[in-house]
Amino acid sequence: METLERILGEQPFFAGLNPEFLRLATGCANNVRFAAGEFICKEDDPADRFYLVRHGHVALQLFAPGRGAMTFQTVGPGEMFGMSWIAPPYKWTYDARALELTRALAVDGLCLRDKCDHDHDLGYELMQRFLSRTIESLHATRLQLLDVYGAKV
Amino acid sequence: MAMSETASMGGVEDRTIPCVGRVSARRIESSDVVTLDVETPEGPVRYAPGQFNMLTAFGVGESAISISGDPASGRLTHTVRAVGPVSRALCNLRPGDAIGVRGPFGVGWPIGTAATRDLLFVAGGLGLAPLRPAIYAALAERSRYGKIAILYGARSPDSIIFRRELEGWRGRFDLHVEATVDHALDDWRGHVGVVTNLISQVEFDAEQATAFACGPEIMMRFVAQALVAREMRESDIHLSMERNMKCGYGQCGHCQFGPFFVCRDGPVFAYEAIRPLLALREI
Repeated sequence: METLERILGEQPFFAGLNPEFLRLATGCANNVRFAAGEFICKEDDPADRFYLVRHGHVALQLFAPGRGAMTFQTVGPGEMFGMSWIAPPYKWTYDARALELTRALAVDGLCLRDKCDHDHDLGYELMQRFLSRTIESLHATRLQLLDVYGAKV
Repeated sequence: MAMSETASMGGVEDRTIPCVGRVSARRIESSDVVTLDVETPEGPVRYAPGQFNMLTAFGVGESAISISGDPASGRLTHTVRAVGPVSRALCNLRPGDAIGVRGPFGVGWPIGTAATRDLLFVAGGLGLAPLRPAIYAALAERSRYGKIAILYGARSPDSIIFRRELEGWRGRFDLHVEATVDHALDDWRGHVGVVTNLISQVEFDAEQATAFACGPEIMMRFVAQALVAREMRESDIHLSMERNMKCGYGQCGHCQFGPFFVCRDGPVFAYEAIRPLLALREI
């Protein structure tokens, strides 16, 4: 458990977290491993966890009939994905697939939500961190939507 | 500065008159991007990485195009995207066709003053073309520099330019090369996302690093902000600006950018010098 706590604390998302909060979060985390090509989650599945990638890369994709799987983001070491466990309807809104052998920490969202409900200081601290990641993600999405590399007309 | 001395009237250099060169080779980079090698009557040319030429498609018009080749080769190379009538005509040129050349113009990348430092090249789309001469120059004297990273963002896998070269650079042990695209289908195994995401994945000494960025202006703004967030100094970040260059040497005023003329004082500027101007809509 101590090792997992250290590993979790080394992840950028949890960096600098109060040790007591880190201990609480560690109680909801476990190591996971995915083979290349393996689906980690699928669109519309119940969203009950988020992932912190330690090794490998994961493609976040949407499938369109006639076009196949379209990747809109890749996530690598030190990065995280999965926010849908925070708010209803608690469903994944995309597919996540390991592009290569991928090791990650999976954090049980139900467990963490329960702890956040009971300790609002923990909840506030974590929600700030999730909000920060959400803003970064929105920022990047805006740039992608603008299609800045397209030819000027 | 061979190119600017090629056209003269009555013994006085006239930088408004192009010399007539010939296309010696043409390579298709992507569906709308072509690289042209150009031979001029004067033979080998000298230029600084980051400079540009005014290229003429005879009978159509003239356009400012960055030099994209290896400065040590003595060969003139330009990479052009077919966007408007002039650039489309340039892209349609074939080996043997005539092409007008004026230049080289402008201030290039301060690659020489970055010796001993870590180098970051951040390019978006066609922005890799003006950066490529600086990359060649750095690699020609690899031991003079610290870590070198090349980060490249493109719209999609099929719009990546200089793909073979990128793959070659990626195979070197003394370079960190990452490419990302905005959108991809299932067969792409690289990164997907904006180029700024790659900055967090590169190791460099922010105190001792120099960054060179080229691409759409909006991309460069966010790249510069991401580098400053990594504690780089604004004076160590250099951007290549694009405006409506016409004369090429600061006489006509078409490319005025606040107190600067992009063609004469740029196109490469330190972020520190132009940051306040980047947020202004009125210029």
